[in-house]
Amino acid sequence: MDELLLRDLTPGVLAVLVRRGADFAAAEDAVQDALVEAVRVWPADPPRDAKGWLVTVAWRKFLDATRADAARRRREDRVEEEPAPGPAPAVDDTLQLYFLCAHPSLTPSSAVALTLRAVGGLTTRQIAEAYLVPEATMAQGVPPTPLRQWGSISRAKRTVSGVRFEQPGDVSTVLRVLYLVFNEGYSGDVDLAAEAIRLTRQLATVIDHPEVAGLFALMLLHHARRAARTAPDGGLVPLAEQDRGRWDTRLIAEGVAILQAALARDRLGEFQAQAAIAALHADAPAAEETDWVQIVEWYDELVRLTDNPVVRLNRAVALGEADGPQAGLAALATVDPTLPRHTAATAYLHERAGDPTTAARLYTEAAAKASNLAERTHLTRQAARLNAGGGGSRARGAGGAGPRTRDAAPD
Amino acid sequence: MAKYLLLKHYRGAPAAVNDVPMDQWTPEEISAHLQFMTDFAARLEKTGEFVDGQALAEEGTWVRYDGEGRPPVTDGPFAETKDLIAGWMVIDVDSYERAVELAGELSAAPGAGGKPIHEWLELRPFYGVRPTITE
Repeated sequence: MDELLLRDLTPGVLAVLVRRGADFAAAEDAVQDALVEAVRVWPADPPRDAKGWLVTVAWRKFLDATRADAARRRREDRVEEEPAPGPAPAVDDTLQLYFLCAHPSLTPSSAVALTLRAVGGLTTRQIAEAYLVPEATMAQGVPPTPLRQWGSISRAKRTVSGVRFEQPGDVSTVLRVLYLVFNEGYSGDVDLAAEAIRLTRQLATVIDHPEVAGLFALMLLHHARRAARTAPDGGLVPLAEQDRGRWDTRLIAEGVAILQAALARDRLGEFQAQAAIAALHADAPAAEETDWVQIVEWYDELVRLTDNPVVRLNRAVALGEADGPQAGLAALATVDPTLPRHTAATAYLHERAGDPTTAARLYTEAAAKASNLAERTHLTRQAARLNAGGGGSRARGAGGAGPRTRDAAPD
Repeated sequence: MAKYLLLKHYRGAPAAVNDVPMDQWTPEEISAHLQFMTDFAARLEKTGEFVDGQALAEEGTWVRYDGEGRPPVTDGPFAETKDLIAGWMVIDVDSYERAVELAGELSAAPGAGGKPIHEWLELRPFYGVRPTITE
Protein backbone atom coordinates (compact mmCIF):
# COMPACT_ATOMS: atom_id res chain seq x y z
CA MET A 1 0.00 0.00 0.00
CA ASP A 2 1.57 3.19 -1.19
CA GLU A 3 0.43 5.99 1.10
CA LEU A 4 1.97 8.66 -1.06
CA LEU A 5 0.12 7.34 -4.13
CA LEU A 6 -3.13 7.55 -2.19
CA ARG A 7 -2.33 11.08 -1.13
CA ASP A 8 -1.44 12.06 -4.67
CA LEU A 9 -4.80 10.74 -5.89
CA THR A 10 -6.86 12.30 -3.10
CA PRO A 11 -7.27 15.83 -4.48
CA GLY A 12 -8.32 14.57 -7.92
CA VAL A 13 -10.93 12.24 -6.45
CA LEU A 14 -12.27 14.93 -4.16
CA ALA A 15 -12.43 17.34 -7.07
CA VAL A 16 -14.51 14.93 -9.15
CA LEU A 17 -17.06 14.53 -6.37
CA VAL A 18 -17.31 18.27 -5.83
CA ARG A 19 -17.68 18.85 -9.54
CA ARG A 20 -20.49 16.32 -9.65
CA GLY A 21 -22.33 18.48 -7.16
CA ALA A 22 -21.33 17.01 -3.83
CA ASP A 23 -21.12 19.41 -0.95
CA PHE A 24 -17.45 19.93 -0.09
CA ALA A 25 -17.62 18.70 3.50
CA ALA A 26 -19.62 15.60 2.55
CA ALA A 27 -17.33 14.87 -0.40
CA GLU A 28 -14.33 15.09 1.86
CA ASP A 29 -15.84 12.61 4.32
CA ALA A 30 -16.71 10.26 1.47
CA VAL A 31 -13.17 10.37 0.09
CA GLN A 32 -11.80 9.55 3.54
CA ASP A 33 -14.16 6.56 3.72
CA ALA A 34 -12.98 5.44 0.30
CA LEU A 35 -9.34 5.70 1.38
CA VAL A 36 -10.07 3.53 4.40
CA GLU A 37 -11.74 1.02 2.10
CA ALA A 38 -8.73 1.11 -0.22
CA VAL A 39 -6.35 0.36 2.63
CA ARG A 40 -8.53 -2.64 3.51
CA VAL A 41 -9.12 -4.04 0.03
CA TRP A 42 -6.16 -3.16 -2.15
CA PRO A 43 -3.45 -5.35 -0.60
CA ALA A 44 -5.41 -8.49 -1.58
CA ASP A 45 -7.13 -7.10 -4.65
CA PRO A 46 -5.26 -4.17 -6.22
CA PRO A 47 -7.30 -2.19 -8.75
CA ARG A 48 -6.12 -1.64 -12.32
CA ASP A 49 -7.19 2.00 -12.25
CA ALA A 50 -6.59 3.30 -8.74
CA LYS A 51 -8.15 6.70 -9.26
CA GLY A 52 -11.20 5.30 -11.04
CA TRP A 53 -11.67 2.86 -8.20
CA LEU A 54 -11.48 5.62 -5.62
CA VAL A 55 -13.92 7.85 -7.51
CA THR A 56 -16.45 5.01 -7.80
CA VAL A 57 -16.19 4.00 -4.16
CA ALA A 58 -16.14 7.57 -2.85
CA TRP A 59 -19.20 8.47 -4.92
CA ARG A 60 -21.02 5.40 -3.60
CA LYS A 61 -20.04 6.32 -0.04
CA PHE A 62 -21.27 9.84 -0.65
CA LEU A 63 -24.63 8.59 -1.95
CA ASP A 64 -24.95 6.17 0.95
CA ALA A 65 -24.23 8.86 3.48
CA THR A 66 -26.62 11.25 1.82
CA ARG A 67 -29.39 8.63 1.67
CA ALA A 68 -28.83 7.64 5.26
CA ASP A 69 -29.26 11.17 6.40
CA ALA A 70 -32.96 11.85 6.54
CA ALA A 71 -32.35 15.50 7.22
CA ARG A 72 -30.66 15.75 3.85
CA ARG A 73 -33.51 14.21 1.89
CA ARG A 74 -33.92 17.23 -0.30
CA ARG A 75 -30.36 17.08 -1.45
CA GLU A 76 -30.78 13.39 -2.19
CA ASP A 77 -33.12 14.22 -5.02
CA ARG A 78 -30.44 16.29 -6.59
CA VAL A 79 -27.57 13.83 -6.28
CA GLU A 80 -29.69 10.91 -7.45
CA GLU A 81 -29.67 12.50 -10.83
CA GLU A 82 -26.96 11.62 -13.26
CA PRO A 83 -23.83 13.61 -12.39
CA ALA A 84 -23.67 16.85 -14.29
CA PRO A 85 -20.91 17.09 -16.84
CA GLY A 86 -17.87 19.00 -15.64
CA PRO A 87 -17.34 22.70 -16.31
CA ALA A 88 -14.66 23.69 -18.78
CA PRO A 89 -12.91 20.41 -19.58
CA ALA A 90 -9.61 22.24 -20.03
CA VAL A 91 -9.57 23.25 -16.39
CA ASP A 92 -7.83 20.70 -14.25
CA ASP A 93 -9.77 19.50 -11.21
CA THR A 94 -6.70 19.47 -9.00
CA LEU A 95 -5.96 23.07 -9.77
CA GLN A 96 -9.52 24.02 -8.87
CA LEU A 97 -9.07 22.29 -5.56
CA TYR A 98 -6.02 24.41 -4.78
CA PHE A 99 -8.03 27.53 -5.54
CA LEU A 100 -10.94 26.35 -3.44
CA CYS A 101 -8.74 25.60 -0.43
CA ALA A 102 -7.04 28.98 -0.68
CA HIS A 103 -10.31 30.83 -1.10
CA PRO A 104 -10.03 34.46 0.01
CA SER A 105 -12.99 34.03 2.37
CA LEU A 106 -10.89 31.71 4.54
CA THR A 107 -8.53 32.88 7.25
CA PRO A 108 -4.88 32.06 6.49
CA SER A 109 -4.78 29.30 9.11
CA SER A 110 -7.98 27.74 7.78
CA ALA A 111 -6.65 27.85 4.25
CA VAL A 112 -3.42 26.19 5.33
CA ALA A 113 -5.28 23.48 7.24
CA LEU A 114 -7.72 22.82 4.43
CA THR A 115 -4.97 22.69 1.81
CA LEU A 116 -3.04 20.15 3.85
CA ARG A 117 -6.21 18.14 4.44
CA ALA A 118 -7.84 18.20 1.02
CA VAL A 119 -4.95 18.68 -1.38
CA GLY A 120 -2.22 17.11 0.72
CA GLY A 121 -4.39 14.24 1.93
CA LEU A 122 -3.03 14.49 5.47
CA THR A 123 -5.25 13.44 8.33
CA THR A 124 -6.37 16.04 10.83
CA ARG A 125 -4.28 14.25 13.42
CA GLN A 126 -1.16 14.46 11.26
CA ILE A 127 -1.74 18.15 10.67
CA ALA A 128 -2.26 18.76 14.37
CA GLU A 129 0.90 16.83 15.17
CA ALA A 130 2.84 18.78 12.62
CA TYR A 131 1.94 21.99 14.37
CA LEU A 132 1.46 21.08 17.99
CA VAL A 133 4.62 19.29 18.96
CA PRO A 134 4.86 19.00 22.72
CA GLU A 135 7.59 21.28 23.89
CA ALA A 136 10.80 19.56 24.88
CA THR A 137 11.44 21.66 27.91
CA MET A 138 10.38 24.90 29.46
CA ALA A 139 13.51 26.53 28.11
CA GLN A 140 13.49 25.25 24.56
CA GLY A 141 11.38 24.56 21.57
CA VAL A 142 9.23 26.81 19.49
CA PRO A 143 6.27 28.87 20.67
CA PRO A 144 2.78 27.80 19.68
CA THR A 145 1.97 28.62 16.09
CA PRO A 146 -1.04 30.70 15.16
CA LEU A 147 -2.60 27.49 13.87
CA ARG A 148 -4.19 26.35 17.04
CA GLN A 149 -7.83 25.85 16.32
CA TRP A 150 -8.18 22.59 14.52
CA GLY A 151 -11.85 23.11 14.50
CA SER A 152 -10.78 25.43 11.74
CA ILE A 153 -10.80 22.56 9.25
CA SER A 154 -14.48 21.86 9.62
CA ARG A 155 -15.24 25.57 9.77
CA ALA A 156 -13.24 26.05 6.61
CA LYS A 157 -15.09 23.22 4.90
CA ARG A 158 -18.38 24.85 5.76
CA THR A 159 -17.10 28.17 4.43
CA VAL A 160 -16.14 26.80 1.05
CA SER A 161 -19.14 24.49 0.77
CA GLY A 162 -21.14 27.23 -0.84
CA VAL A 163 -18.41 28.32 -3.20
CA ARG A 164 -19.09 27.53 -6.82
CA PHE A 165 -16.39 25.16 -7.85
CA GLU A 166 -15.90 26.51 -11.33
CA GLN A 167 -15.27 29.97 -9.98
CA PRO A 168 -11.79 30.96 -11.07
CA GLY A 169 -9.36 31.57 -8.26
CA ASP A 170 -6.40 33.83 -7.90
CA VAL A 171 -3.09 32.01 -8.09
CA SER A 172 -1.46 34.50 -5.74
CA THR A 173 -3.69 33.37 -2.86
CA VAL A 174 -2.69 29.76 -3.51
CA LEU A 175 0.99 30.70 -3.50
CA ARG A 176 0.54 32.61 -0.25
CA VAL A 177 -0.90 29.50 1.41
CA LEU A 178 1.86 27.22 0.14
CA TYR A 179 4.45 29.73 1.30
CA LEU A 180 2.90 29.70 4.78
CA VAL A 181 3.00 25.92 4.90
CA PHE A 182 6.67 25.93 3.88
CA ASN A 183 7.57 28.54 6.45
CA GLU A 184 5.85 26.71 9.28
CA GLY A 185 8.95 24.65 9.65
CA TYR A 186 10.21 21.23 10.25
CA SER A 187 8.98 19.88 13.53
CA GLY A 188 6.77 16.90 14.05
CA ASP A 189 6.14 13.65 12.25
CA VAL A 190 4.98 15.38 9.12
CA ASP A 191 7.61 17.44 7.40
CA LEU A 192 5.64 20.51 6.36
CA ALA A 193 8.49 21.97 4.33
CA ALA A 194 8.71 18.79 2.27
CA GLU A 195 4.93 18.69 2.03
CA ALA A 196 4.84 22.29 0.76
CA ILE A 197 7.44 21.41 -1.86
CA ARG A 198 5.45 18.37 -2.95
CA LEU A 199 2.27 20.43 -3.29
CA THR A 200 4.04 23.25 -5.13
CA ARG A 201 5.72 20.78 -7.46
CA GLN A 202 2.31 19.30 -8.20
CA LEU A 203 0.84 22.76 -8.72
CA ALA A 204 3.63 23.60 -11.15
CA THR A 205 2.62 20.60 -13.28
CA VAL A 206 -0.97 21.82 -13.65
CA ILE A 207 -0.42 25.55 -14.10
CA ASP A 208 2.11 27.39 -16.18
CA HIS A 209 2.87 30.53 -14.22
CA PRO A 210 6.25 32.20 -13.58
CA GLU A 211 5.42 32.98 -9.95
CA VAL A 212 4.52 29.36 -9.26
CA ALA A 213 7.93 28.48 -10.67
CA GLY A 214 9.45 31.30 -8.60
CA LEU A 215 7.98 29.99 -5.34
CA PHE A 216 8.95 26.44 -6.24
CA ALA A 217 12.55 27.55 -6.89
CA LEU A 218 12.59 29.57 -3.66
CA MET A 219 11.51 26.54 -1.65
CA LEU A 220 14.08 24.26 -3.26
CA LEU A 221 16.90 26.75 -2.69
CA HIS A 222 16.01 27.16 0.99
CA HIS A 223 15.41 23.48 1.50
CA ALA A 224 18.87 22.79 0.06
CA ARG A 225 20.43 24.54 3.07
CA ARG A 226 18.33 22.77 5.65
CA ALA A 227 20.96 20.36 7.00
CA ALA A 228 23.44 23.18 7.47
CA ARG A 229 20.98 25.46 9.22
CA THR A 230 20.85 23.73 12.61
CA ALA A 231 23.75 23.18 14.99
CA PRO A 232 24.13 19.85 16.82
CA ASP A 233 22.68 21.53 19.94
CA GLY A 234 19.63 22.62 17.97
CA GLY A 235 20.70 26.25 17.65
CA LEU A 236 20.38 28.37 14.54
CA VAL A 237 23.37 28.51 12.25
CA PRO A 238 23.27 31.78 10.30
CA LEU A 239 23.88 31.69 6.58
CA ALA A 240 27.38 33.15 6.80
CA GLU A 241 28.50 30.45 9.24
CA GLN A 242 26.95 27.47 7.53
CA ASP A 243 29.08 24.61 6.27
CA ARG A 244 28.41 25.03 2.57
CA GLY A 245 29.61 21.53 1.91
CA ARG A 246 26.39 20.36 3.54
CA TRP A 247 24.17 22.22 1.12
CA ASP A 248 22.26 19.95 -1.24
CA THR A 249 23.75 20.78 -4.64
CA ARG A 250 21.15 18.72 -6.47
CA LEU A 251 18.29 20.80 -5.04
CA ILE A 252 20.22 24.00 -5.73
CA ALA A 253 20.76 23.02 -9.37
CA GLU A 254 17.08 22.18 -9.75
CA GLY A 255 16.01 25.44 -8.13
CA VAL A 256 18.35 27.55 -10.22
CA ALA A 257 17.23 25.89 -13.47
CA ILE A 258 13.56 26.45 -12.63
CA LEU A 259 14.24 30.05 -11.67
CA GLN A 260 16.21 30.78 -14.84
CA ALA A 261 13.42 29.43 -17.03
CA ALA A 262 10.92 31.58 -15.12
CA LEU A 263 13.02 34.75 -15.29
CA ALA A 264 13.51 34.27 -19.04
CA ARG A 265 9.80 34.87 -19.48
CA ASP A 266 10.23 38.41 -18.27
CA ARG A 267 7.23 38.47 -15.95
CA LEU A 268 8.96 39.23 -12.69
CA GLY A 269 7.15 38.76 -9.41
CA GLU A 270 8.11 38.77 -5.76
CA PHE A 271 8.73 35.04 -5.44
CA GLN A 272 11.06 35.06 -8.44
CA ALA A 273 12.95 38.00 -6.93
CA GLN A 274 13.22 36.25 -3.57
CA ALA A 275 14.39 33.09 -5.31
CA ALA A 276 17.00 35.13 -7.20
CA ILE A 277 18.40 36.34 -3.86
CA ALA A 278 18.43 32.80 -2.51
CA ALA A 279 20.16 31.65 -5.70
CA LEU A 280 22.88 34.29 -5.34
CA HIS A 281 23.59 33.03 -1.82
CA ALA A 282 23.61 29.45 -3.05
CA ASP A 283 26.03 30.43 -5.79
CA ALA A 284 28.71 31.76 -3.41
CA PRO A 285 31.33 29.11 -2.56
CA ALA A 286 32.10 31.05 0.63
CA ALA A 287 30.24 33.78 2.50
CA GLU A 288 32.92 36.32 1.58
CA GLU A 289 32.32 35.68 -2.10
CA THR A 290 28.63 36.58 -1.95
CA ASP A 291 27.62 39.02 -4.68
CA TRP A 292 26.01 41.56 -2.36
CA VAL A 293 25.84 44.25 -5.04
CA GLN A 294 23.56 42.09 -7.14
CA ILE A 295 21.58 41.07 -4.06
CA VAL A 296 20.92 44.74 -3.27
CA GLU A 297 19.68 45.17 -6.84
CA TRP A 298 17.21 42.31 -6.35
CA TYR A 299 16.05 43.91 -3.11
CA ASP A 300 15.45 47.10 -5.06
CA GLU A 301 13.23 45.07 -7.39
CA LEU A 302 11.42 43.60 -4.39
CA VAL A 303 10.84 47.05 -2.91
CA ARG A 304 9.42 48.12 -6.26
CA LEU A 305 7.16 45.04 -6.42
CA THR A 306 5.92 44.93 -2.84
CA ASP A 307 7.05 48.01 -0.93
CA ASN A 308 7.10 45.78 2.11
CA PRO A 309 8.84 47.26 5.20
CA VAL A 310 10.47 43.91 5.97
CA VAL A 311 12.00 43.95 2.50
CA ARG A 312 13.37 47.44 3.21
CA LEU A 313 14.89 46.13 6.42
CA ASN A 314 16.56 43.21 4.63
CA ARG A 315 17.74 45.55 1.91
CA ALA A 316 19.45 47.76 4.51
CA VAL A 317 21.39 44.77 5.84
CA ALA A 318 22.39 43.73 2.32
CA LEU A 319 23.47 47.29 1.65
CA GLY A 320 25.61 47.10 4.79
CA GLU A 321 27.43 44.18 3.19
CA ALA A 322 27.73 45.78 -0.24
CA ASP A 323 28.67 49.35 0.74
CA GLY A 324 29.82 48.99 4.32
CA PRO A 325 28.09 49.01 7.74
CA GLN A 326 27.66 52.80 7.87
CA ALA A 327 25.66 52.74 4.64
CA GLY A 328 23.60 49.91 6.12
CA LEU A 329 22.96 51.79 9.35
CA ALA A 330 21.95 54.89 7.40
CA ALA A 331 19.46 52.86 5.36
CA LEU A 332 18.19 51.16 8.50
CA ALA A 333 17.51 54.55 10.09
CA THR A 334 14.81 55.12 7.46
CA VAL A 335 13.03 51.84 8.28
CA ASP A 336 10.29 51.50 10.92
CA PRO A 337 12.19 50.69 14.15
CA THR A 338 9.31 48.65 15.59
CA LEU A 339 9.73 45.96 12.93
CA PRO A 340 10.70 42.53 14.23
CA ARG A 341 14.46 42.04 13.91
CA HIS A 342 15.17 45.75 13.45
CA THR A 343 17.14 45.78 16.70
CA ALA A 344 18.98 42.59 15.72
CA ALA A 345 19.94 44.07 12.36
CA THR A 346 21.16 47.25 14.03
CA ALA A 347 23.24 45.19 16.47
CA TYR A 348 24.79 43.26 13.62
CA LEU A 349 25.73 46.39 11.67
CA HIS A 350 27.22 48.02 14.80
CA GLU A 351 29.35 44.96 15.30
CA ARG A 352 30.51 45.10 11.72
CA ALA A 353 31.25 48.80 12.22
CA GLY A 354 33.62 47.90 15.06
CA ASP A 355 31.49 48.80 18.07
CA PRO A 356 31.09 45.55 20.06
CA THR A 357 29.82 47.29 23.20
CA THR A 358 26.82 48.84 21.47
CA ALA A 359 26.31 45.64 19.49
CA ALA A 360 26.22 43.48 22.65
CA ARG A 361 23.73 45.79 24.33
CA LEU A 362 21.49 45.75 21.24
CA TYR A 363 21.73 41.96 20.87
CA THR A 364 20.49 41.57 24.46
CA GLU A 365 17.68 43.99 23.74
CA ALA A 366 16.81 42.14 20.53
CA ALA A 367 16.80 38.79 22.37
CA ALA A 368 14.13 40.05 24.76
CA LYS A 369 11.96 40.98 21.77
CA ALA A 370 12.50 37.79 19.75
CA SER A 371 9.33 36.07 18.61
CA ASN A 372 10.70 32.55 18.84
CA LEU A 373 13.05 30.74 21.15
CA ALA A 374 15.59 29.70 18.54
CA GLU A 375 16.06 33.32 17.59
CA ARG A 376 16.11 34.43 21.19
CA THR A 377 18.81 31.91 22.03
CA HIS A 378 20.79 32.87 18.96
CA LEU A 379 20.71 36.56 19.84
CA THR A 380 21.59 35.91 23.49
CA ARG A 381 24.54 33.88 22.26
CA GLN A 382 25.68 36.78 20.07
CA ALA A 383 25.57 39.10 23.09
CA ALA A 384 27.37 36.52 25.21
CA ARG A 385 30.11 36.13 22.60
CA LEU A 386 30.78 39.87 22.53
CA ASN A 387 30.53 40.25 26.32
CA ALA A 388 32.96 37.37 26.78
CA GLY A 389 35.63 39.29 24.94
CA GLY A 390 34.36 38.88 21.45
CA GLY A 391 36.63 36.08 20.29
CA GLY A 392 36.43 36.35 16.52
CA SER A 393 33.88 39.10 16.96
CA ARG A 394 35.05 40.92 13.88
CA ALA A 395 35.00 37.73 11.90
CA ARG A 396 32.91 37.85 8.87
CA GLY A 397 30.42 35.27 9.92
CA ALA A 398 29.98 36.43 13.44
CA GLY A 399 26.82 38.38 13.08
CA GLY A 400 24.29 36.05 11.69
CA ALA A 401 21.57 37.98 13.39
CA GLY A 402 20.95 40.24 10.45
CA PRO A 403 17.62 39.39 8.91
CA ARG A 404 19.17 38.95 5.52
CA THR A 405 21.52 36.31 6.74
CA ARG A 406 19.11 34.79 9.19
CA ASP A 407 18.23 32.27 6.58
CA ALA A 408 14.72 31.50 7.39
CA ALA A 409 12.61 31.85 4.30
CA PRO A 410 12.23 35.58 3.86
CA ASP A 411 9.16 37.24 5.24
CA MET B 1 -0.12 9.67 39.60
CA ALA B 2 -0.34 13.36 40.31
CA LYS B 3 0.30 16.27 38.05
CA TYR B 4 2.49 19.20 39.02
CA LEU B 5 3.29 22.48 37.37
CA LEU B 6 6.88 23.70 37.54
CA LEU B 7 6.96 27.44 37.02
CA LYS B 8 10.05 29.31 36.00
CA HIS B 9 10.13 33.08 36.52
CA TYR B 10 11.91 35.81 34.64
CA ARG B 11 11.25 37.97 37.69
CA GLY B 12 9.51 37.52 40.98
CA ALA B 13 11.27 34.43 42.27
CA PRO B 14 13.85 34.75 45.05
CA ALA B 15 17.33 35.33 43.63
CA ALA B 16 19.18 32.26 42.42
CA VAL B 17 22.52 31.36 43.95
CA ASN B 18 24.37 31.63 40.64
CA ASP B 19 22.42 34.68 39.49
CA VAL B 20 24.13 35.84 36.30
CA PRO B 21 22.05 36.86 33.23
CA MET B 22 22.52 34.58 30.25
CA ASP B 23 24.07 37.25 28.02
CA GLN B 24 26.97 37.35 30.49
CA TRP B 25 27.70 33.63 30.09
CA THR B 26 30.08 32.26 27.50
CA PRO B 27 28.53 30.75 24.36
CA GLU B 28 29.75 27.33 25.55
CA GLU B 29 27.94 27.76 28.86
CA ILE B 30 24.74 28.59 26.97
CA SER B 31 25.12 25.44 24.89
CA ALA B 32 25.71 23.35 28.02
CA HIS B 33 22.57 24.79 29.62
CA LEU B 34 20.39 24.07 26.59
CA GLN B 35 21.77 20.56 26.33
CA PHE B 36 20.92 19.96 29.99
CA MET B 37 17.34 21.13 29.44
CA THR B 38 16.91 18.96 26.36
CA ASP B 39 18.32 15.91 28.13
CA PHE B 40 16.14 16.51 31.17
CA ALA B 41 12.95 16.58 29.13
CA ALA B 42 14.03 13.59 27.04
CA ARG B 43 14.63 11.57 30.20
CA LEU B 44 11.17 12.45 31.56
CA GLU B 45 9.57 11.54 28.27
CA LYS B 46 11.16 8.11 28.56
CA THR B 47 9.87 7.59 32.10
CA GLY B 48 6.42 8.84 31.09
CA GLU B 49 6.59 11.72 33.53
CA PHE B 50 6.70 14.53 30.97
CA VAL B 51 3.38 16.10 30.04
CA ASP B 52 4.10 19.49 28.51
CA GLY B 53 6.51 22.37 28.53
CA GLN B 54 6.25 25.84 27.07
CA ALA B 55 8.29 29.00 27.14
CA LEU B 56 6.73 32.45 27.20
CA ALA B 57 7.90 35.68 25.64
CA GLU B 58 8.85 38.48 27.98
CA GLU B 59 5.90 40.72 27.15
CA GLY B 60 2.32 40.35 28.23
CA THR B 61 -0.81 42.40 28.69
CA TRP B 62 -3.57 42.54 31.31
CA VAL B 63 -7.03 42.31 29.78
CA ARG B 64 -10.48 42.63 31.36
CA TYR B 65 -14.15 42.92 30.38
CA ASP B 66 -15.38 46.53 30.38
CA GLY B 67 -19.11 46.11 30.05
CA GLU B 68 -21.70 45.49 27.38
CA GLY B 69 -20.80 46.78 23.92
CA ARG B 70 -17.40 48.05 24.94
CA PRO B 71 -14.05 46.68 23.86
CA PRO B 72 -12.00 44.95 26.55
CA VAL B 73 -9.72 47.16 28.63
CA THR B 74 -6.04 46.39 28.25
CA ASP B 75 -3.15 47.38 30.43
CA GLY B 76 0.41 46.79 29.36
CA PRO B 77 2.68 45.52 28.03
CA PHE B 78 3.54 45.02 31.69
CA ALA B 79 7.30 45.11 31.24
CA GLU B 80 7.78 46.43 34.77
CA THR B 81 5.62 43.88 36.54
CA LYS B 82 7.19 42.30 39.60
CA ASP B 83 6.30 38.73 38.73
CA LEU B 84 6.90 37.50 35.21
CA ILE B 85 6.53 33.85 34.23
CA ALA B 86 9.18 32.59 31.82
CA GLY B 87 7.71 29.19 31.16
CA TRP B 88 6.45 26.00 32.65
CA MET B 89 6.77 22.28 32.62
CA VAL B 90 3.97 19.93 33.57
CA ILE B 91 5.01 16.60 35.04
CA ASP B 92 2.98 13.57 36.00
CA VAL B 93 4.62 11.76 38.89
CA ASP B 94 3.89 9.22 41.62
CA SER B 95 4.39 11.46 44.59
CA TYR B 96 5.07 14.92 45.91
CA GLU B 97 8.54 13.71 46.85
CA ARG B 98 9.27 12.77 43.25
CA ALA B 99 8.02 16.19 42.04
CA VAL B 100 10.37 17.94 44.47
CA GLU B 101 13.23 15.70 43.40
CA LEU B 102 12.70 16.56 39.72
CA ALA B 103 12.30 20.28 40.39
CA GLY B 104 15.56 20.16 42.30
CA GLU B 105 17.31 18.50 39.38
CA LEU B 106 15.94 21.07 36.97
CA SER B 107 17.10 23.88 39.24
CA ALA B 108 20.61 22.46 38.97
CA ALA B 109 20.82 23.35 35.26
CA PRO B 110 24.29 24.74 34.61
CA GLY B 111 24.75 28.49 34.21
CA ALA B 112 27.66 30.93 34.44
CA GLY B 113 30.99 29.20 35.00
CA GLY B 114 29.33 25.89 34.20
CA LYS B 115 28.02 25.82 37.80
CA PRO B 116 24.42 25.02 38.78
CA ILE B 117 22.13 28.05 38.75
CA HIS B 118 20.29 26.96 41.94
CA GLU B 119 17.28 28.74 40.49
CA TRP B 120 14.05 28.84 42.52
CA LEU B 121 11.25 27.03 40.70
CA GLU B 122 7.65 27.23 41.82
CA LEU B 123 6.03 23.80 42.26
CA ARG B 124 2.22 23.75 42.13
CA PRO B 125 0.05 20.65 42.33
CA PHE B 126 -2.91 20.32 39.96
CA TYR B 127 -6.24 19.51 41.56
CA GLY B 128 -6.79 15.80 41.18
CA VAL B 129 -10.01 14.07 40.08
CA ARG B 130 -12.73 13.34 42.61
CA PRO B 131 -12.51 9.64 43.39
CA THR B 132 -15.30 7.48 42.06
CA ILE B 133 -15.46 5.45 45.28
CA THR B 134 -15.63 7.65 48.35
CA GLU B 135 -17.12 5.41 51.06
